[in-house]
Amino acid sequence: MLHTFAVYVDNKPGVLNRVASLIRRRAFNIESLTVGHTESAGVSRMTVVVDTDEYGARRLEAHLSKLVPVRRVHNITATPSIARDLALIKVAATGDARPHVMQLVDVYRARIIDVSPESLVVETTGTEDKIDSLVEVLRPYGVIEMVRTGRIAMARGSSGSDHKVTARVGQPTVAGGDGSSGSV
Amino acid sequence: MALTGAQILWEALVRQGVTDVFGYPGGAILPAYDAMLGYPVRHILVRHEQGATHMADGYARASGKVGVAIATSGPGATNMVTGIATAMMDSSPIVCITGQVGSKLIGSDAFQECDITGITLPITKHNYLVTRAQDVAPAIFEAFAVAKAGRPGPVLVDITKDAQQTSCDVDWAAAEPHLVEAFDEALPGDGDYRDAVELINSAERPLILAGHGVMQSGAERDVLLLAERAGIPIAVTLLGIGGVPASHPLNLGMMGMHGEAFVNNAIQQADLLIALGMRFDDRVTGNLKTYALNARKIHVDIDRAELNKNVRVDVAIAKDLRTALAEWIPLIKKGDRKAWLDAIDVMKGDTAVRDIQNLPDNGHLYAAHVINDLWRLTAGGAVVVTDVGQHQMWEAQYYKHDRSRSLITSGGLGTMGFALPAAIGAKVARPDAEVWVVCGDGGFQMTMCELATIVQEGLDVNVAIINNGYLGMVRQWQEFFYEKRYAATPLIGPDFAKLAQAFGIDGVAVTERSGVAAAVNGARKSRRATVIDFQVEQEDSVFPMVPAGADLHKMILRPSPSPIVETAAD
Repeated sequence: MLHTFAVYVDNKPGVLNRVASLIRRRAFNIESLTVGHTESAGVSRMTVVVDTDEYGARRLEAHLSKLVPVRRVHNITATPSIARDLALIKVAATGDARPHVMQLVDVYRARIIDVSPESLVVETTGTEDKIDSLVEVLRPYGVIEMVRTGRIAMARGSSGSDHKVTARVGQPTVAGGDGSSGSV
Repeated sequence: MALTGAQILWEALVRQGVTDVFGYPGGAILPAYDAMLGYPVRHILVRHEQGATHMADGYARASGKVGVAIATSGPGATNMVTGIATAMMDSSPIVCITGQVGSKLIGSDAFQECDITGITLPITKHNYLVTRAQDVAPAIFEAFAVAKAGRPGPVLVDITKDAQQTSCDVDWAAAEPHLVEAFDEALPGDGDYRDAVELINSAERPLILAGHGVMQSGAERDVLLLAERAGIPIAVTLLGIGGVPASHPLNLGMMGMHGEAFVNNAIQQADLLIALGMRFDDRVTGNLKTYALNARKIHVDIDRAELNKNVRVDVAIAKDLRTALAEWIPLIKKGDRKAWLDAIDVMKGDTAVRDIQNLPDNGHLYAAHVINDLWRLTAGGAVVVTDVGQHQMWEAQYYKHDRSRSLITSGGLGTMGFALPAAIGAKVARPDAEVWVVCGDGGFQMTMCELATIVQEGLDVNVAIINNGYLGMVRQWQEFFYEKRYAATPLIGPDFAKLAQAFGIDGVAVTERSGVAAAVNGARKSRRATVIDFQVEQEDSVFPMVPAGADLHKMILRPSPSPIVETAAD
């Protein structure tokens, strides 16, 4: 089944590489991985979705916890949580098709954010199911291009925020992993 | 006072208690080598950087301290890869320091540039690329902390040449590491020690499986205490040898692929396995589908990721072993479990009769005899460092280790060429110990250049080459599983005695059992290194054996009465 992990990491060069490399070499398959800043400066949060069983999930949680720049790992699969995906969909829409497409976009509470003579770009957020379903109904008109962020997730209520992860003090500000200079 | 990055490096190492490093200089690490002369650290010049990492590893395993290896960028760093992977698999705490091209040149394919932090990412616990002098001390301090924390392992610190050359002031207190909370937090699914205690108290046929973690945790006494209190027999893994005295009546000996059949049968018949600091490697379990089906299982390991990895267990406890046992022992019911111990005695059956030690000397020189004689002649007191292959298994079977950290061997990665350099590391760590290398003629030829290191450092390390003219373990597999098609296993070596002499080391050859004692005693008496070329039976095999992936209880037993396939020379 799909397991969703919230992973807090130091915002340092090479950390994404370390996390991805670990998951690869332990032979897990990443369904999606997103990363971005958190409320604490110097700390980033990844949402990693992996297809594995309960034992595999526990092992992956343990492996991730052993990485030095990983601050906290939380398997939120069983925790009541909100999960969202964002998609940009470029769909062919000329002549008669255009009002139909716009209508569907409306039904799904999506937005049209770019218009050209041949196509529209639709922006939508929601669960993966909802986005999959929108894509399916748009497909007959011709989906030219699509990009999705992958799942980001957060536990509902106050759970998960009891230990706030803050930036480490006194840490060596050294690069690691691939030695690249971009953050995470 | 401002120091250069290179000076900070050595100052930091000295502050970590480092007294010995194993290394090889080169362009990108030159500033560090230049600064080294000002610090009280012994540098052992190796002949190949792989040797430096194995030496650091042997040093760590012999002493429990962190071993340090140092090399230059590019090829110096890549030569370390095998040694780092070896240390990773066997949880050996080492810190490898490499030079790197100047930070402005990184990414430009400069001379001797290579992305060693990228290359070693999956085979280190962590690694660092240091590009500024002020980051050297925090990186070194944290590297030592990471190498030792939890399950030990290798850490690499890659330092650019300009970081070594530039100067800065150091706030040593601020450089102390701020580490890692992960190990103390209980996670969902963590077992409760009270469940473990209950399982042990109610078991009729319990068996302790003792691994490397027993020594890593310093839990040797506690494991014995548990075993003696409740009358529980112990089986050990290859890396667990020495953690429990071989001569202790409750120690059955080594389990797994080349363990005695009755030990493996005891595992299959046990109703409770208590796995302590071991990781259910495939060489230990055989076919997982038929492994210990009768047994409930308790697993204690400091590395949570090992729990429920290969074998599903009933109680999984992620904890330092000594700490865990301290909680249990007062709650364990005393007992002798005589019926179970008697049943194991019955399982031994004709093991002793089949044992090669009990066969008459028929003029052949058998490796098993050589190693058993070595054990008797050294009164079991040596630190033995083995390579990988048949001799390694014979050593495990026929050298009886009563002391912790007295067998050093590459278990997880199975690295040929490990023995000679690792033994040098062990000797540097414990100069008063008698150190013997036991290796094959194949593995010895992989790293025999380190004989020169022995000479240059004036080390008294004795080398027993079990020379059968084959890559013996591979030949054995070809004999058993590939219809004796000996593809690329016959092996020509030099005259090892003469080779040793060319290095300035004593060298002798032994071809008969009657010559074993004189050679070993001669090597022990001399205060310098000796290489003994034991020219043993060529097509000898290690018994008993669980074929890879077979059921643990379906072993190929020693043939009786003669275990030896007659060779063409007969």
